[in-house]
Amino acid sequence: MKRTVFAYPYVVWMLIFIFAPMLLIVYYAFTADGAVTLENLRGALDPMYLEVLLRSVWMALRATVACLLLGYPVAYLLSRMKKSAASILSVLFVVPMWMNFLLRTYAWQVLLNANGILNGVLAALGLPQQSFLYTEGAVMLGMVYNFLPFMVLPIHTVLSKMDRSHIEAASDLGANPVQAFFRVTLPLSMPGVISGITMVFIPSITTFAISRLLGGGKFVMYGDLIENQFLLMQDWGSGSALSFILLVLVLISMAVMRRAEGEAGQEGGMLW
Amino acid sequence: MKKLRTFFKGTYLGLMLCFLYAPILVLIVYSFNSSRTMGHWTGFSLSWYAALFHDSMVMEALTVTLTIAVLSAAVATVIGTAAAIGIHSMRRGPRVAVENISQLPIVNPDLVTGISLMMLFAFMNIKGGYVRMLIAHITFNIPYVIFSVMPKLKQSSNALYEAALDLGCTPLTALWRVVLPDIMPGIVSGFILAFTLSLDDFVVSYFTTQGVQNLSIYIYSIARKGINPKINALSTLMFVAVLTLLMVVNLKSIKEEHKAAAQAKKAEARS
Amino acid sequence: MKKLAFLLALLLAAGLFPGCANTGTVTLNVLNWGDYIDETVLDQFEEEHPGVKINYSTAASNEEMLIKLSAPDSIYDICFPSDYTIEKMIEKDMLHALDKANIPNLKNIDGRFLDLSFDPGNTYSVPYMWGTVGILYNTKMVREPVTSWKILWDEQYKGQILMYDSIRDTIGVTLKMLGYSINTRNAADVEAARDALIAQKPLVKAYLDDPIKDNMINGSAALAVVYSGDAMYCIGENPDLAYAVPDEGSNLWFDNVIIPKTSKHYAEAEAFINFLCDAEVAKKNTEYIGFSTPNAAARALLGADITDDPTYNPPQEVLDRCEVFRDLGDFIEVYNQAWNHVKSA
Repeated sequence: MKRTVFAYPYVVWMLIFIFAPMLLIVYYAFTADGAVTLENLRGALDPMYLEVLLRSVWMALRATVACLLLGYPVAYLLSRMKKSAASILSVLFVVPMWMNFLLRTYAWQVLLNANGILNGVLAALGLPQQSFLYTEGAVMLGMVYNFLPFMVLPIHTVLSKMDRSHIEAASDLGANPVQAFFRVTLPLSMPGVISGITMVFIPSITTFAISRLLGGGKFVMYGDLIENQFLLMQDWGSGSALSFILLVLVLISMAVMRRAEGEAGQEGGMLW
Repeated sequence: MKKLRTFFKGTYLGLMLCFLYAPILVLIVYSFNSSRTMGHWTGFSLSWYAALFHDSMVMEALTVTLTIAVLSAAVATVIGTAAAIGIHSMRRGPRVAVENISQLPIVNPDLVTGISLMMLFAFMNIKGGYVRMLIAHITFNIPYVIFSVMPKLKQSSNALYEAALDLGCTPLTALWRVVLPDIMPGIVSGFILAFTLSLDDFVVSYFTTQGVQNLSIYIYSIARKGINPKINALSTLMFVAVLTLLMVVNLKSIKEEHKAAAQAKKAEARS
Repeated sequence: MKKLAFLLALLLAAGLFPGCANTGTVTLNVLNWGDYIDETVLDQFEEEHPGVKINYSTAASNEEMLIKLSAPDSIYDICFPSDYTIEKMIEKDMLHALDKANIPNLKNIDGRFLDLSFDPGNTYSVPYMWGTVGILYNTKMVREPVTSWKILWDEQYKGQILMYDSIRDTIGVTLKMLGYSINTRNAADVEAARDALIAQKPLVKAYLDDPIKDNMINGSAALAVVYSGDAMYCIGENPDLAYAVPDEGSNLWFDNVIIPKTSKHYAEAEAFINFLCDAEVAKKNTEYIGFSTPNAAARALLGADITDDPTYNPPQEVLDRCEVFRDLGDFIEVYNQAWNHVKSA
């Protein structure tokens, strides 16, 4: 009995529940009442929607860069610490990631609220109260806060598995610590960096809960648009067309990341 | 100079930890506040915890979340492990095709996964909120199990399997008693990963459900109405649960490390 | 491994417990707005009707109610949609025609609120709550009289204005400001409203639904578009607030209780509706929720401080300049598109 037969139940499941839904998106994107049409796609390419897409991508980009700049040092410092301290600190950094992501976003609502803690601190210091909530900054903060651990984790994994002898060799050959970092450590950590970027950038474009809870309905992201089309306006054709554009974008990004990962060296593997 | 560097390192990590924990700590502290508004502290009270437990919607959401997480992770692990074994034995062509399609739920934003499944369920006329959510969770869990088990399969050598066959096992027994234990770490980590993903899922559940709420959906609907200290109480309990779980798991591994180190020392002393 | 299996079994068992149904009882599934009933009346109903249990859940918008009730496996027996949604549901034949013999308390309802355009003869629905849409403002921050919707477009209140995150309400008040009907099917009118809202966007602090109340109470905004019942609540919490229905007119809304055709318990559901129309029960509800009751018998039991309040009980001239929402059929697409433009701008 060939062992491949074990995969058959899964292949059937996969075709029904993974492959077919994708086909449905394409179907609804390109048909209206059964007839093939480009109307949905044309509607989805409306400048208003493209502007939202651009804005979402731009925001996702900024959030990813912020996560990278804030998270890399954390991963680096953690990987250099002694085992005992490192493992406790690692747990501390991972715990927020395990907490429900909506709760963490709600937490910022509490902090940034008009009579929330931040304003309370300002008032105690005698400074004027600010409007933190319902601003683009609030949404950005929410995104960085939620996705930061996802950036730290893969980088930390790669850095901690890294062979220290490379750095020792570099300093033996005359490099100072800064040079050693930029020319040895950083390139070797690239697979982790790319993993981290993947886990932050794509979800950032499509998030809708964060912008809804912290943005006061003013910063409609691409995810909001798609959710609206499906749930509020019940327009599957338009929603599918928007999703189709998103899928194309995602596939292009994945191809770019794959290429970058290939050049950086296969160490990240599939997941962590 | 070194002291300064250490100071900066420590401060940076400290600041980051503050950033990560400040909101959570605020939530925890104000869950014990007797007033509803967060601005001022009016006294210690456990009333919100009581309200939480009396809220049947929360308890039901919690039950849904836990049962779906366990069920979907279990089913996904079984199907996924079998699939990994099968895929591993496939020829290159079909294997690449199956692997690529399997990557879709991992690579796709959950928004797309959610809406596509929603449309499929309507198309196939599958009703019943719980069933839909369960199928959806199993669907996005299986690929993660497959890609947790595959590396282990690749590592384990075929020689083991063939040796078992040579020693008289039927193929099935060989698989069960030789291959499976060998790849067990991959299976376990796949299960844990699937369980975690299912527990925390919001977007896919949000779109595929029909009236049935899991914890994330419940929190979202309440959080949209504004601030309610019941959620603070919920956050505190979840935080304590997660922290305890992780501490226990880590303490175990630290203990094992100490044991292993102690045994190694003993062995050294003896030799 | 064994431990794991045991733990799994435990969790599964825990999960199955809620499934243990109490056989022999009828469960009424009620779908209502959040915070829209005095929960003690639910307990009271269960006491008076042993054998009936109430399963209460909430929805945040008419659209959500429509979607939930349209689902082929909808479980709901009682729902409280608004006027135009009821009109749509009637058109889609989703509602059960009420057996008035089971609802004798119908006589308690004020005649002004019966036999309205969206449900002639009250064949399918009974009024539950009603009110107006208007401007809630903080008298310490707004020193001028509030008589026009245009104040929401006033530069001096930049960043202090809260608009409702609801397509028909927000476009509706803008249409009123421009002098059009809130039910207009003229695309040019809707586009004018859209452009006005886009122009207003830099002045708006946020588009919210429920959080509007807390924000006005804690004084973080000066002006907000709210429902009259929410205004009652907010003014009760913060006496600096006041409510006004602008001269251009506004929306007069009704939330009526209906029974979907998919319900399996018509008799019990009708008993529940009858219960809600009881004068004492309606009085309890209106006092708790703060919204205006259409129940004349209940109103007679209320204190003058409530019934004299123009927010709670607007004079006829205010009602005369308000319109009730009508269902827009397919034309709602034009409104949807306009709203998309406003939010995306």
